[in-house]
Amino acid sequence: MPDSIEHFVHAIGTAVKNKRPLSIRGSGSKHFYGNQATKHTYDTLDVTTHSGIVNYEPSELVVTARAGTRLADLEAILLEHHQMLAFEPPHFGKNATLGGCIATGLSGPRRPYAGAARDFVLGARILDGRGDDLHFGGQVMKNVAGYDVSRLMAGAMGTLGVLLEVSLKVLPIPPMEITLGMSMKEAEAIDKMHQWASKPLPISATCFYDGNLFVRVSGAESAVQATRTRLGGEEINQGKLFWQSIREHTHTFFSSGTRLWRLSIKSSTLPLLLPGQQLIEWGGALRWLAADKDLNEKIIRLQAEAAGGHATLFYGEKSSLQAFHPLSPHMMTLHQRLKQKFDPAKIFNPGRMYPEY
Amino acid sequence: MSRFELVSKLLSFLPPEAVLYEMEDLKPYECDGLSAYRQAPMIVVLPQAEEEVIKILQICHATKTPVVARGAGTGLSGGALPHTEGILLSLAKLKHILEIDPITRTARVQPGVRNLAISEAAAPYGLYYAPDPSSQIACTIGGNVAENSGGVHCLKYGLTVHNILKLRVLTIDGQVYEIGSNALDSPGYDLLALMTGSEGMLGIVTEVTVKLIPKPEKAQLVMAAFDDIQKAADAVASIISSGIIPAGMEMMDKITIHAVEDFLHAGYDLDAAAILLCEADGMGEEVTGEIQKISAVMQDNGAVKISISRDEAERLRFWAGRKAAFPAAGRVSPDYYCMDGTIPRKHLAQVLHGIEILSAEYGLRCMNVFHAGDRNLHPLILYDANQPGELEKTEIFGAKILKMCIEAGGTITGEHGVGIEKLDQMCLQFTPTERNLFHAIKAAFDPDELLNPGKAIPALHRCAELGGMHVRHGEDRFPTIPRF
Repeated sequence: MPDSIEHFVHAIGTAVKNKRPLSIRGSGSKHFYGNQATKHTYDTLDVTTHSGIVNYEPSELVVTARAGTRLADLEAILLEHHQMLAFEPPHFGKNATLGGCIATGLSGPRRPYAGAARDFVLGARILDGRGDDLHFGGQVMKNVAGYDVSRLMAGAMGTLGVLLEVSLKVLPIPPMEITLGMSMKEAEAIDKMHQWASKPLPISATCFYDGNLFVRVSGAESAVQATRTRLGGEEINQGKLFWQSIREHTHTFFSSGTRLWRLSIKSSTLPLLLPGQQLIEWGGALRWLAADKDLNEKIIRLQAEAAGGHATLFYGEKSSLQAFHPLSPHMMTLHQRLKQKFDPAKIFNPGRMYPEY
Repeated sequence: MSRFELVSKLLSFLPPEAVLYEMEDLKPYECDGLSAYRQAPMIVVLPQAEEEVIKILQICHATKTPVVARGAGTGLSGGALPHTEGILLSLAKLKHILEIDPITRTARVQPGVRNLAISEAAAPYGLYYAPDPSSQIACTIGGNVAENSGGVHCLKYGLTVHNILKLRVLTIDGQVYEIGSNALDSPGYDLLALMTGSEGMLGIVTEVTVKLIPKPEKAQLVMAAFDDIQKAADAVASIISSGIIPAGMEMMDKITIHAVEDFLHAGYDLDAAAILLCEADGMGEEVTGEIQKISAVMQDNGAVKISISRDEAERLRFWAGRKAAFPAAGRVSPDYYCMDGTIPRKHLAQVLHGIEILSAEYGLRCMNVFHAGDRNLHPLILYDANQPGELEKTEIFGAKILKMCIEAGGTITGEHGVGIEKLDQMCLQFTPTERNLFHAIKAAFDPDELLNPGKAIPALHRCAELGGMHVRHGEDRFPTIPRF
């Protein structure tokens, strides 16, 4: 596969020479996420050609794959060995790639109980803005040699480099999984999720929507059965499909407003008083808000900040709004300095994260 | 700036007992856990509050004085080795637990709080802080963040980077940054990951918010003896392949077994070539099932003897031997040198064989303890510093072990950090362009290179003088081993 790397290096060189930025693109499944590139004159760097599993050792719990690998293909191979990406990345499209998954750093329902995309990144091979082919991290769980550049790639929206390969920790698929549902009020549900989380129970996902609290229990059969008794509620048929609809945003809630906001906040925050529908995930730490576009952005951002977190305009009509929560001035300066070190000519995904870089 | 001028500036806002500059007062700070390297700093400061740390940094920034941060000084790679013309910034007096929130299961603590003190404070709520480096009784959370410390339970519960939510960090100019948040993620780059394990090179941590997790209902341990190290390594793979993530999985080789058994009488099988300790924790029902499965897998892989802890006292006794491995090394030898390589498990037997050959070649004994779950190998080279040339021989032996680890697709340090100790090996693990990027990252935070200068990332000329060829990591180049 070195042909594709050579092609990328060449494209980077040309971009630098012509001062014509690159929009790094996999399948485009998460193109909606973040801001659109600010400059109108850019070339697209298609990375889907750089695909395939480089190394997979089920007994080492590590897989290394090229960034253009389809996420679905990767997960299918893991499934053959009863393993999974435990952060349950949303695909948002059938050809979603591993590169897009890591660049956006998004995680699904299991996140608070298993960890986020960044938690599972063990190593990365990248091309920086000079076209240098760089390896960071590795294929082992523990590695403290050098700064943790590979984890820094998770969620960087491709602004620091072109991901070539990623090594991820994988986990076994739990032998049994059930979903329980119970009806209650929002405040009670937030409280319940915290009560459960303070006990060593094998809970792997929680969601509150429209007066119903859903909880997924995963593990050995004996543990799942014992937990079912302790939690109460009714077992839901089609639990798997339900969580799939939350993970992939195919649940009707996600299209119920003109804008979808993602508020990532301190989990114990009381119900947010904002107009529009809400869906709660992550034990209370993630509040989705399907709102009308008339709802003032500032109100949402201030509420998120007051709750110790931040708000992202996930999708819907953006107009002139920024997708991501603004950074403080000195934090922005630090981001710009880091960006400059990786990509001095500012050719990777300009404006995709913030208009400043 | 002269020592006198700096001291008077510092004394303008710090009490006299917080500024040390007499030789005899500096002495205790001249090394950390890696005592082979020693040098006294110009001044030691012991601030008690963040505002004092800010002022200290501002003075250092203005006067271009190097600053080395130090927690409890238990680090094993010389990361807190002082700078002879700099200030040693001890954060040991910032030792307050500021808040424990049992609802969101978090604790907000100052950097000088001891690792174990967090778990002790959280215990009344049925919670604890998971990363448990062997020095947890003494080491501080600030040092844990600097080194991204692990422990025996990190395969299941993660390293420091997986168990912290937020940091307050000061850059060299005294600017305060809040990195991370009380939510599960933050806007912008993942600076929390970048800071963790950065060995005090990017900023000074003044506050850490850690995650606490519920204490498992039950923990139980399987101890299995093997007559062949390969069989033990295969058992590790089989346990993982069976779908179990053990809470801890530790291996010891024959020389270690003998050293600890003589010392502690933990009940280890002295005929064994390797002993594997494997712990399951969680809900009672779950643990019972996993322990049965683990025992069966050990049996299938040819374990010659299997013991299952019958109660908490026995579980702790089985662990005691493993935890005493380092002191036992100190007992059987005047000095020992602890290595910290990481290797993919499939290469374990080959690397151990390589170590055996090197051991014979250098005439130095080597004990091997292995965090088998996460492939972190700690060879303890036994030597006598009073024998001329033996330390030098030991260091060459150690360097060769680390080279083998890189060639096996592993890394030169799993959890102890690079510090001053493994700078040469960094030249082997990373290319000049990769090292350049590391230097650039440092420059983004600390353009004058005042924070812990000379540590963690070797200067380019150092690698050039070393003349060592870069060894490409990770790509299954193992067939070249052994190559001595």
